[in-house]
Amino acid sequence: MNKKTLAVKCLKAAFVGLVLLVLYTPILLLAVYSFDKTDMIGRFEGFSLRHYAALFADAKVLGMIGKTFLLAFVAATLSTVLGTAGALGMFYCKKRVRTAIHGVSQIPIINAEIVTALALAILFVVIGVGKSYFTLVIGHMVICTPFVVLSVMPKLKQMDNSLYEAALDLGASPMKALFRVVLPQIIPGVISGFMLAVTLSLDDYIVTVYTRPAGFETISTYVYNATMKGNAHTAQTLSSFWALTTIIFLVIVLFVVLSNLSGIRRKEARK
Amino acid sequence: MKLHFSRKMLCIPYAVFLVFFVIIPMLVILFYAFTDKELHLSFSNFIRFFSDPTKLSTIVYSLVIALITTVACLLIAYPVAYILARSKIKKKYVIVLLFVTPMWINFVLRVNAIRELFNLLSAQRGMEWLAGSNYFKTVFGMVYDFLPFMVLPLYTTLLKIDQSLYEASADLGAGAFTTFTRVTIPLSMPGIMSGVTMVFLPSMTNYVVSDMLGNAKVTIVGKFIYEYFGTDWHMGSMVALVLLVVVFLSTWLSGGFKAEDTVRGANL
Repeated sequence: MNKKTLAVKCLKAAFVGLVLLVLYTPILLLAVYSFDKTDMIGRFEGFSLRHYAALFADAKVLGMIGKTFLLAFVAATLSTVLGTAGALGMFYCKKRVRTAIHGVSQIPIINAEIVTALALAILFVVIGVGKSYFTLVIGHMVICTPFVVLSVMPKLKQMDNSLYEAALDLGASPMKALFRVVLPQIIPGVISGFMLAVTLSLDDYIVTVYTRPAGFETISTYVYNATMKGNAHTAQTLSSFWALTTIIFLVIVLFVVLSNLSGIRRKEARK
Repeated sequence: MKLHFSRKMLCIPYAVFLVFFVIIPMLVILFYAFTDKELHLSFSNFIRFFSDPTKLSTIVYSLVIALITTVACLLIAYPVAYILARSKIKKKYVIVLLFVTPMWINFVLRVNAIRELFNLLSAQRGMEWLAGSNYFKTVFGMVYDFLPFMVLPLYTTLLKIDQSLYEASADLGAGAFTTFTRVTIPLSMPGIMSGVTMVFLPSMTNYVVSDMLGNAKVTIVGKFIYEYFGTDWHMGSMVALVLLVVVFLSTWLSGGFKAEDTVRGANL
């Protein structure tokens, strides 16, 4: 390798590395100072777990976190069932019907979230449904389900269709064939659809604000309110968010590493 | 009459769901946008919207912010995606994964992290200017948050380009620059379009970033709609409708939308 290509290579690596560095700096900054004694970022005064202690001692914050995850689980489960069934049905429909449903299904994906949220909120008022947990779940389902459909669809296209026919020939009922033959083939798409729905629901701020019942807080709305209207919250609340960010980040890293390891093992097993 | 189960019927619940919670809400917005307080047909919202200079200037500001964010994302993401897609190192998907991972942290917590970083930086000597630079902080936050949305579609389209096309281009006498402008860019156009759509719209409407980083001094179109929701639905619906039309026009003009690119690397 001559000097020029080596220099180009280094330059490329440096660029990618720099972007990654900027991407991770804010998160790592919080991760480091979440172990600091003080509520100040900038000078590390000494190791302490008090921000974590504060996070786990605050019943209100813990309850809010629990509710956020429960909501994500409920919305993602319902979205996965609805979206998987929808994708299956669409796959077997006539092309015209499939294109129509698929087109409408893409609206919440490309649309600005605020437009989806406003439209839903006005609809609920017009039909006289008060905001409740039900409307909140519907709101989250509207943003999650299209993504489930999107991750199931490619698996359906890759599927070997003759297996379903074979199951019917061998005497399975259509229902049974669907559950025992089709579903196992598309399950990777269903799982990634579910995971996607969970992350979308956990992340959401805008749709939550427009469809939630009074007093319901998720991580997004709670953190937003605490930083925007700092009066009711102490510096302690804000620094307990550092601990929360760090915990979530570590869980994600762990999850990514584990799922990759199992992915590599699966690939090796296939060999 | 006994109703026989058919596989097609599985899409009925989803179709009903879409009609009730996607199509009808859009029609409701359309209705409210073109009616007045007594629910009579009226174009007054439309006229009021396009004749108010403060509204129009907010929209122009918002458009400029979104434009700068999108261009910045493209300028950063394209080289990254290009380098990664053409790199021959093993396990490069791990590096791609590194770009996606921050997206899985709660959005508001992520914005909060940037906020803390800016607070720290603006307390440093010589960096005091940062405290008042609300527009700069907003744009930085948006680029930071939406960058992965640009990297992913670009990476997947660039990865699909056949290596032999680069060789053919070189064999036919094209230099590196010509190959890039005549082969790479045209072939990666679908990825560019997806990325642009996915960055531009949120940076016009996601007011969480502009509120938290711009000290609530930066108003973007999304905040507009939020403010009108409390006071005037008709006007709010009109703004939402304008956004909706922009979305459909840009999707149509860019020749369709590759929805597969939006799945946040779930299929990576």
